[in-house]
Amino acid sequence: MTHRDIVVVGAGPAGLAAAEGALAAGARVTLIDSADQPGGQYHRMLPEAYEATRPEALQHGWTAFQRRLRRVRGHPDCAWWSESSVWALERPDPAPDRDSDLDRDPDRDSDPDRDREQPRPPRVHVLRGPADGSGRRRTTLEPDALVLAVGAHDRVLPFPGWELPGVFTAGAAQALAKGERVVVGDRAVIAGTGPFLLPVAASLLEAGAQVLEVLEANTPRTVARGWSQRPWQLAAQAGKSGELAEYTALLLRHRVPYRTGRTVVEARGDGRVEEVVTARLRPDWSVVPGSERTLAVDAVCVTHGFSPQLELPVAAGCALRGTLGGEFVAVDDDQATSRPGVYAAGEITGVAGAPAARAEGALAGWRAAGGDPDTAAVRRLRRSRDQGRAFAERLARAHPIGAAWPGWLRPETVVCRCEEADYASLCRAAADPAGSAARVAKLATRAGLGPCQARVCGPTVAELNARLSGAPADREAEGLPVPAPHRRPLAQPIRLGELAAAPQPPHQP
Amino acid sequence: MYGTRVVVLGAGIVGSACARELALAGLDVTVVDRGAPASATTAHGEGNVLVSDKGPGPELELARISRELWPEVLAATAERSAHAARAVEWDPKGGIVVATTEAGAKGLADFAAAQRTAGVRAEVLDAGELAKAEPYVTRDHTAALHYPEDAQVQPAGAAAALLGDALAAGARLRTGCEVLGAATRGGRITGVRTTTGLIEADLFVNAAGPWAGELSARLDAPVDVRPRRGDVLVTTPLPPTVFHKVYDADYVGAVGSSAEDLQTSAVVESTHGGSVLIGSSRRRVGFDDRLRPEVLSAVAAKALRLFPSLAGVPVMRAYGGFRPYVPDHLPVIGADPRLDGLWHAGGHEGAGIGLSVGTARLLRNLVLGEEPVMDASPFRVDRPAVLGPNSPENTGSSHRTESEETA
Amino acid sequence: MSPRRVRAESDAVGRQDRPLRITVDGEPVDGVEGQTLAGVLLAADRLAWRRGRSGAPRGVFCGIGVCFDCLVTVGEDRDVRACRRRARDGDEVTTQSRAPGGLVDRNEPTPPPTEK
Repeated sequence: MTHRDIVVVGAGPAGLAAAEGALAAGARVTLIDSADQPGGQYHRMLPEAYEATRPEALQHGWTAFQRRLRRVRGHPDCAWWSESSVWALERPDPAPDRDSDLDRDPDRDSDPDRDREQPRPPRVHVLRGPADGSGRRRTTLEPDALVLAVGAHDRVLPFPGWELPGVFTAGAAQALAKGERVVVGDRAVIAGTGPFLLPVAASLLEAGAQVLEVLEANTPRTVARGWSQRPWQLAAQAGKSGELAEYTALLLRHRVPYRTGRTVVEARGDGRVEEVVTARLRPDWSVVPGSERTLAVDAVCVTHGFSPQLELPVAAGCALRGTLGGEFVAVDDDQATSRPGVYAAGEITGVAGAPAARAEGALAGWRAAGGDPDTAAVRRLRRSRDQGRAFAERLARAHPIGAAWPGWLRPETVVCRCEEADYASLCRAAADPAGSAARVAKLATRAGLGPCQARVCGPTVAELNARLSGAPADREAEGLPVPAPHRRPLAQPIRLGELAAAPQPPHQP
Repeated sequence: MYGTRVVVLGAGIVGSACARELALAGLDVTVVDRGAPASATTAHGEGNVLVSDKGPGPELELARISRELWPEVLAATAERSAHAARAVEWDPKGGIVVATTEAGAKGLADFAAAQRTAGVRAEVLDAGELAKAEPYVTRDHTAALHYPEDAQVQPAGAAAALLGDALAAGARLRTGCEVLGAATRGGRITGVRTTTGLIEADLFVNAAGPWAGELSARLDAPVDVRPRRGDVLVTTPLPPTVFHKVYDADYVGAVGSSAEDLQTSAVVESTHGGSVLIGSSRRRVGFDDRLRPEVLSAVAAKALRLFPSLAGVPVMRAYGGFRPYVPDHLPVIGADPRLDGLWHAGGHEGAGIGLSVGTARLLRNLVLGEEPVMDASPFRVDRPAVLGPNSPENTGSSHRTESEETA
Repeated sequence: MSPRRVRAESDAVGRQDRPLRITVDGEPVDGVEGQTLAGVLLAADRLAWRRGRSGAPRGVFCGIGVCFDCLVTVGEDRDVRACRRRARDGDEVTTQSRAPGGLVDRNEPTPPPTEK
């Protein structure tokens, strides 16, 4: 029994498993989520007010989830903080100064043992109260270890008309259907890439919408090649495969065409989406000329993969690793990040689905709480986690973003939705040698400066700017971090009055 | 001097302005930066072009010269590129300084009286006039002054415009190029050794902002320029709410202060994008870039004293920058007496954006031996605040060698 | 056709609908308890309610609090993500616009009283 204080941020599959793992190791746990119910996006629950008698109708693994939820929430050492937003993480140790930087061990960043000599994880600054309310209670936690399990959201590439009402992320369509039984339209097209297209189609069909087409942008060859590497790894994800097979059968039953190598390249309409243009794509996602078709729709659901929510790991100072599918938090064999006392689990470390997230979470929670690193159960979790990682890699190979996607863009296409910065303005900034640096271009075009703080357009703008200007990323100057698209020191908005108020003790009712 | 080779070290706003002046004068200019242009201190400031915060003295004189130069410079930029000029977001909105205590009101009145003798326009606003000029500002104030000459720019856009002018005039830009040391001959700097090779020239301008101290140490001619951190809050976009640069009278004291502790004062203004920028804090913490929520909290509390009705407005971003300062709070502009061919242009603390164009003009005057726009001696390198703590016995980190010192 | 709520009678999850009413720019809009403000608006056939810088209409995009497209003012609180906030009976919702002039944002901060 360790009696460490562990804070787990995020109560989806990974966070819940982390809380359970840490409690099992004898820790006291504070489980934090911005939503009013646990479950995250995967187990998005119906509102209590709906008094649903058959909530399991919409869920995979509902029974196991409910069991875990009871064990965690019912545990005397677990505090469940719903409607609580972590708005800042405050690192206790100073940034390494430049002199020590020059002669430091080049392996330091990848050597977590060395970092673990430093004692404390960051202080956790929390706002408690209704989403975006005012006068929420400001409080801070100083855990012995921190587990970040904050998940991911859809990445959506821009295309002409994507800002029209009626164009949704696939996740939005899913959340509305599953979480409050609202269906986004009657004639829907689902487009993008990845297996997530299927459950979204299933949700819409279940809710009574007509799904006209499901469009996977990658060609059958790309998908098949990605999945068929190391096929023995797939067996371990049988649960996931079974789930996907169910969705496929559902599409067949509803006679919904699933087309590969085709996507939505434009949405049109007067004040709302009325039709889409789809086109056949080559493996690099360049449009096959003459293959365009228009289709009357009232909803478009799009996903081009997932963006991990990296603002908290970045604020904590965690090293990231670049992968085929983008940047994720780098973790070691125990899910420890490069920062002392900070663990990461779930989709911020790689997109591998709920089973892998649970394994990672359980391991992270157990180890964060100081649980024995070498039990049979831990070894099993590591194996399961490793299988999940292999699955993630295969997923990324089977559903990459094709390099030629910017061919869809027109000069007037909105790239940054908040500030309505268009592609022409990015091109102009990138062409000016005096103004093409990422930070300067951002201030000039305003792309990424709006309310979403580049959560949606950040990776896209970084990619376009790098391609257009041909410039390497800005170098780090001491004290000033490189302009990473995920850097948001304020992880959530906080009202001035709330910020001005002094923090209150955490465990006061 | 035509064709003299100049290397400007640092592509922030001061380096860009210097490169512009020298390139337009016909010199052969190369701008070197270890990162990308305008990405460090320049991109992390508020874009102040102020006369209101400076008492009579050389810095105010430089500020007034700069304020006159800005419209002229931007008109020339607009000739070259309308886009570049627009990106500067030049806004001669004027400043309003508000005192909330009787002592503050007295201090502000005295300060303004002295400024007026130096030619600054400082107009007293009565309660009605203030309410008209800034409908959302606190009614709980004791004095308010309007400074019509204060202006604001988008600082990275301004630097890009100046650098663009320099490049159009023939200057070259080398980025990702870090200076490692000096090549000297006969007490003269003849080149800089960099991560991408030796760059030779006749003159070198240290415009490295808060890193000027470290850079000059690498060149074996250390100047005492240090970083001082400032944090700024950015709100979500609002309908027009703040119409001038509005700050509390405390700010005037904080600018000139040397205290190591955290100092905050309210500086509130809108940007073209609709967000309100809220400053400011000043902390001497080296190059520590960590977020400090209690600092942001103190800044927010001060701002709410000035604009109570902003309490419900969300802050969506916070950023911090490192401002270069010299212990006597004056810029350093001029030739280095210890190493021929080395010049310095920096140490402007939070005023570098506004003072950049005046600094560049003055530097050009000195380099070319022209009649200077003002007496440059207060900014000279050879003053105790600049060289004092770096006298040989105090420079533990100096790499100075016997031969170089005597050479 | 448009977004709508699955009919409670035929919903596989077997749910109860308890009606609530909010106002949007003063007009009554009906929803059910448990819905987010975004859910209420969508199910009431309102696909867009905010206006961007150019005046272009915006509604829900990401649905999970990431894109900030669906911002509304609730009571005195501006910039509330409609997709994250549960509706409460009687909520007074005001729509927002970032378009300069013309399309007025009704959510300016209240100026302090003119008398000291």
